[in-house]
Amino acid sequence: MVNARQLVTLLVVFALIATCPFWVKSAPTMNTIIAVLYIALLGQAWNILGGYGGQFSFGHAAFFGTGAYTVAVLQIQFGINPWIGLLAGALLATAVALIVGFASFRYGLRGSYFALVTLAFAEVLRILSNSVSFTGGGVGLLLQLDRRFSNLQFADNRGYFWVVWAMCLACFLCVWWIGRSRFGAWLMAVRDNEDAARALGVDVFRTKMGAAALSGFFTGLAGVFYAQFYLYLDPSIAYGSAVSIEALLVPIIGGMGTLFGPLIGAGVIHFLSEMTRHFVGDVPGVALAIYGALLIVIVMFLPRGLISIDSVIRGGTSGRRRANA
Amino acid sequence: MLDVKGISKSFGGLKAVDSVTMKVEEGALVSLIGPNGAGKTTFFALITGFHRPDAGTVHFRGQDITGWKPSDIARAGMVRTFQIVQPFAGQTVLENIAVGAHLHHASRRDALDHAREVAEKVGLGDRLDQDAASLTVAGRKRLEVARALATDPKLVLFDEVLAGLNPSEIRDVIPVIRAIRDSGVTILLIEHVMQAVMSLSEYTFVLNQGRLIAEGKPQDVANNQAVIEAYLGHGMAERLKRQREEAGA
Repeated sequence: MVNARQLVTLLVVFALIATCPFWVKSAPTMNTIIAVLYIALLGQAWNILGGYGGQFSFGHAAFFGTGAYTVAVLQIQFGINPWIGLLAGALLATAVALIVGFASFRYGLRGSYFALVTLAFAEVLRILSNSVSFTGGGVGLLLQLDRRFSNLQFADNRGYFWVVWAMCLACFLCVWWIGRSRFGAWLMAVRDNEDAARALGVDVFRTKMGAAALSGFFTGLAGVFYAQFYLYLDPSIAYGSAVSIEALLVPIIGGMGTLFGPLIGAGVIHFLSEMTRHFVGDVPGVALAIYGALLIVIVMFLPRGLISIDSVIRGGTSGRRRANA
Repeated sequence: MLDVKGISKSFGGLKAVDSVTMKVEEGALVSLIGPNGAGKTTFFALITGFHRPDAGTVHFRGQDITGWKPSDIARAGMVRTFQIVQPFAGQTVLENIAVGAHLHHASRRDALDHAREVAEKVGLGDRLDQDAASLTVAGRKRLEVARALATDPKLVLFDEVLAGLNPSEIRDVIPVIRAIRDSGVTILLIEHVMQAVMSLSEYTFVLNQGRLIAEGKPQDVANNQAVIEAYLGHGMAERLKRQREEAGA
């Protein structure tokens, strides 16, 4: 079975990644690994709705920021432990995803209309978080430095590694499950042909809502991780379009609707952004220009993402197949 | 099995389906014919929940399903296919059929097993791992049939599953349809291929401009004056009759 082999591969890959804390000695290298896992988590979360469900969101920042702000606000304003905040953040992000999903799917918005609705939601939340006081407004929120496990902060960044590793593994396992479950079969059917899916007894609305909820949940987790790792948030970080773009770029470059695409995409994106920073310094916009160029190249030559590179080189299929690779 | 009463649907000023009443008995193989634009496909869309009827009711196995969602109607046991085939491109033949199989099989393994069985029945058994998009027209038509069948329907509505096939392909598919009926599934089919209508169906409804203009055994319907005129134009029945008489005399 393809799926059993995929699970084994997945577990082996994550087991290999898990050895990193034991032999990687330099803190910057460790930070790179953490960043890649975090981006992979974000991309895989988008992949659930965008890659497997065919609903291209341009506003995943709405879920990301909600997760991040929830854990931060609960700590700062209410003194609630971030471990509880982690769960609360992910669940609140899920709720936002369900609201956005309901507003769009109930009225059959697809394609660019759905993208615009999600973008609008993220922008509204950005403006709101800028104007209310409990989010710190435009100044943002600074989490108090208190590096303890019970506080979801770690003096040694290996602690962060294990947190993001576990989140990432959970998300990848969820996507593996999607690839071998009834829900996943229905989701991909909806992506490939809504009318045909409906005729075969698929409840299109509920299927999309399910995908939105899962996608929102894991994006919220990524937001929580971001807040705890960098300990600072402001509206344009949490709800800005940079997060939304990163979330969709990763699976598109790596391979949409595939299990490992987002991991590959995350590695490539992070490598590129580091290279840009190294060679160009902090000139604004250069990284985005490079992303854009890469995106064009990928769409032209590898429409199924980097994961399809070997079959394209071997002159295999015509670039259409994207399910379950 | 299926009991449709006075169902109507207008698009703008056009009455696509105008007060159609139809009964299909359990185990029957019934056809619905009519010229292009008669409202056949719209009628299918109405009874399977894709369009909401302006008036009239649909009862299926004793239940009023008027206004139900397509997915709920499929779950109740009535499934349609599409005239313009709608494969899940990018998925394999087996995956395509499994989508239908999942309706009553929650586990992936059961669904795939069931999908394989169905594929065997419709003659797609040797193409399971092929990309659905790469199938020929005949293959895609079989896939439409297979997916619908995989949902374990009580009643299937085939929308022109023979259109676009050549005569030898049609000869291959007809026994498949007959076998489906013999396995206990009631069939209502829209068809333009008269050879199929005549050889397959026991009872025929004729739709023209949204109205039911005739029903009965296929042979009787084919000689019905209103039907001939619907297909060939006003006055044709008379002319044909005269020609036949002259030829006889």
